[in-house]
Amino acid sequence: MSQPSATEERLEHLKHYFIDSDQQFEASKMGMWVFLVTEILFFGGLFLAYIVYRAWYPELYLLASEELHTFWGAVNTVVLIGSSLTVAMAIRSAQLNQIKGLIINLWITIGLACVFMVIKYFEYAEKFGKGILPGGYYTYDGIEHEQANIFFSIYYMMTGLHGIHVLVGIGLMLWLVYKAKKKVFHSGYYTPVEITGLYWHLVDIIWIFLFPLLYLID
Amino acid sequence: MATNEENSNTKKLQVRRFKPEENPEKHYLNEEKGIWAWMTTVDHKKIGLLYLGSITFFFFVGGVLALLLRTELLTPAQSFIDADTYNQVFTLHGAIMIFFFLIPSVPAVLGNFVLPLQLGAKDVAFPRLNLASYYIYVIGALFTLFAIFTGGVDTGWTFYTPYSATTGGNVMAMTFGVFILGFSSILTGLNFIVTIHKMRAPGITWNKLPLNLWGLYATSLIQILATPVLAITLLLLTMERLLQIGIFDPALGGDPVLYQHFFWFYSHPAVYIMIVPGFGIISEVISTFSRKVIFGYWAIALSSLAIAFIGFLVWGHHMFTAGQSSLANMVFSFLTFLVGIPTGIKIFNWLATMYRGSIDMKTPMLYAQVFLFLFTIGGFTGIMLGALSVDIHLHDTYYVVAHFHYVMMGGMVMAFLAGLHYWWPKMFGKMYSEFWAKISCAILFVGFNMTFLPQFVMGAQGMPRRYFNYIDQFQSFHQFSTIGAYVMGVAFVIMAIYLVHSLLKGKRASSNPWGSRALEWQISSPPSLHNFHHVPVIVNGPYDYHKPMSEFQLGIAASHNGHHAEEAVNVSQSEKEQA
Repeated sequence: MSQPSATEERLEHLKHYFIDSDQQFEASKMGMWVFLVTEILFFGGLFLAYIVYRAWYPELYLLASEELHTFWGAVNTVVLIGSSLTVAMAIRSAQLNQIKGLIINLWITIGLACVFMVIKYFEYAEKFGKGILPGGYYTYDGIEHEQANIFFSIYYMMTGLHGIHVLVGIGLMLWLVYKAKKKVFHSGYYTPVEITGLYWHLVDIIWIFLFPLLYLID
Repeated sequence: MATNEENSNTKKLQVRRFKPEENPEKHYLNEEKGIWAWMTTVDHKKIGLLYLGSITFFFFVGGVLALLLRTELLTPAQSFIDADTYNQVFTLHGAIMIFFFLIPSVPAVLGNFVLPLQLGAKDVAFPRLNLASYYIYVIGALFTLFAIFTGGVDTGWTFYTPYSATTGGNVMAMTFGVFILGFSSILTGLNFIVTIHKMRAPGITWNKLPLNLWGLYATSLIQILATPVLAITLLLLTMERLLQIGIFDPALGGDPVLYQHFFWFYSHPAVYIMIVPGFGIISEVISTFSRKVIFGYWAIALSSLAIAFIGFLVWGHHMFTAGQSSLANMVFSFLTFLVGIPTGIKIFNWLATMYRGSIDMKTPMLYAQVFLFLFTIGGFTGIMLGALSVDIHLHDTYYVVAHFHYVMMGGMVMAFLAGLHYWWPKMFGKMYSEFWAKISCAILFVGFNMTFLPQFVMGAQGMPRRYFNYIDQFQSFHQFSTIGAYVMGVAFVIMAIYLVHSLLKGKRASSNPWGSRALEWQISSPPSLHNFHHVPVIVNGPYDYHKPMSEFQLGIAASHNGHHAEEAVNVSQSEKEQA
C-alpha cells in the first residue's frame, strides 16, 4: 500500500463503499487472482483427462502428435509470449501516465492475439479438411490407432477453450482502448489495465503448457 | 491490547459511541422503490432477498416433488405415476434441491445479507458482480426449466455416464443449466473471499472475525476450488452428447469411472459448501442465546478450514463399488474418517459453549438444538458409510438416502432455518410469532424423524435407492416415511403462514432483539441503505458477552457515508496499525 496522502480528494473512479483508492485497487487485484485460481482448476480437469488418456494410450499420443504442426505451434508460442510483454508494457505506460503508449501497446497486444487466432484458424481448417473432426465426426484414417479420435477430442477441447479465452482477452483489451481514449486511466487509476494484464498472462501460461504437451511429444 | 491502541489513537480518530436508531424512517427496504430498482440493485442486502425469494420458490418445487415421490411409494407397485415419470421426478427433486436450493441457500441468501454487516463494510467488494451472479443463477434456472419442459431428465442428480450420455430427454439443457449455475456460485465465493480480506472495519482482525464469517470463508474457498472442476466435467459431458468426444462413454473408448472421479471431486466438497456455512450460523446462534463467549474460538474457526481441506481428499468414498483399486478404497475410507475429527471438535465446542450459559430457548436456538441432534446422527451414519466393509452392504440403499437427508436437511436446512429466524428481525424489522415458530419447529422435528429414521432400517435391510417398486416387506416403512413427509409439509405450511403474517402485521423489531454483541445487531433494524453512517471500530471479540454493550457500538464519525477525504485517510492508517 502506498502512503495515502492527506490531500487526496474523493476521486471519480473511487466507489463509495471503498475507503480509498488503494483498498479498491488491492481488492480488484485480489479478485482477479482468485478468479485465475478458478481458471487453473477449470483447465486442470482437462489436463487431468490428458494425463489419464496419455497413461492409457501412450503410443496414440506420439502418433497423433505428429499430425500437429510444431512450427506453427512454436510461432504461436512466440506470438503469445510477445503479447505478454506488450501487455506488461501497457501497464507500465499507464503507471507512468503515458496514455498514448498505453493505447499503442494495447493495440499491439490485440494485433498479436489476432495473429494467434488466425494461425489457429488455419491449423483447425487444415485438420477439418483432412477429416480430423472432434469426437464422433472423426473420419481421418491416417493414424493407425482405434482411439485416435480421443486425442483430438482432448486437443480440440483444450485448444478450443484456450481460444475462447483469447477471444475474451481481445474483447477486454478493445474495451480498455475505448476507455483509455476517453481518458479514464491515469497513473492514479489503471486497475482494469492491471487485472486484464493478469488475465492475459494466464492465457499465455496455459498456452505455454499446451504447446509442449500437445505439439512437442512426438 | 486493542483498547490501548485505540486510546493512543482516540485524539485523532475521535472514536465515540453510535447508538443504533430504533424504528428508522428510512431504511434499505423503502429508500429505493419500484420493481426496476429491485431488479437492478447492487445492494448486498437486497440481492440477498432476491436470492431468498428464488430459493424459496425452488424449495417449494423440490418439496412438492418429494411429496409426489413419497406418495407414489405408498404402495409397492405403481400408484399414480409411471416409472419413467418417477425417474424424472427424483432426478429433479435432487438436482433442484442441491443446485438451486442448498448450495445458494446460506452463502447467497444469509451470507450476502450478513457478511458486509458483520465486517462493518458498506457492501461486498464487487457489488455489480454480486448482482451478475444472481442473474447467472436465474439464467441457469431457466435452462433447467427448459430441460424439464423439453423431455425431462431421468439420470439422477449425479448425471452418471454412460447413461447420461445416451438416454433420451434433454440432459444437455440440464447440465448446461448447472454449468451456468456454477459460475454464480464461483462469483459469490470470489466476492466473499476478497471482501473478508480487504473490507474489514478497523479493529476486526482475523481473531475477531465472527465465526459465521470463518464458515463463509471456508465455504468460499471450496466454492472457488471445486466448482470449476464441476464446470469442466459438465462441459465435457455436454460435448460427449453433442460431439461424442469419447472421454466418458466406454462405447467410444472413454472411461465412465473418470466421470465419477471428476464429478465427486466437485460434489463431495459441494456437500461441505452446503454444510460449513451452517456451522457458522450455529456458532452465532448458540453463543448469542447462551449469553456466553464461544468456547474454543480458534478450534471452531480452524476446524471449518480443516473440513474444507479434508473435504477435497475424500471423493473416492462415493466409488467404493465402482471398480476403484482396493488400495484407493482403503485410503479414501481412512481419509473419510478424518472428516469426523474437525466436525466432532465443533460439536463439543458448541456443547461446551452452552454449558453453564444462561440459555434462552428462542426459535433460532431451538433450531440449533435440532441441528445438533439430527446432524450428529447424520454424521455418525456417514462414518459408518465411510467404513469400507459396511459400505459394500449399504451402498446405493435407502441407508445412504437417510444419511444424506440427515446431514443435508437435518443439518443444513435446520441451520438455515436457525439463521433465517435469527436474522429475520434484522432483514425485515419485524418479529414473527415465537409461539407458532416453536410449534412449527417441533412438528418439523417429529416429521423429519418419521420420514428418515425408517429409511435407515429399510436401507440396512436392503431396500435399494431410486427404485420405483419394492417388495412387500418394506411397505410399512415406506408408508410411515410418507406420513412423516406430509407432517413436514404441514410444518412448512405453518412456517410460511407465520412468516408472511410477520411481514404484513408483525410487531416491529428493535435493533437488537436478542441482545447480541455481534456487529450486525449494532445498527438499526432494518439497516439503512449503506449499512453504517459511521465507520465502526471494533475493540472486543464478537462473543464477549461479559463486556458492556456500549463497547460494541463504537465508531468514527464520517459525514457522507465515508465519502469525505479527511476521515478516509485516518481510517486507513488505523487499519494498518491494528492489523
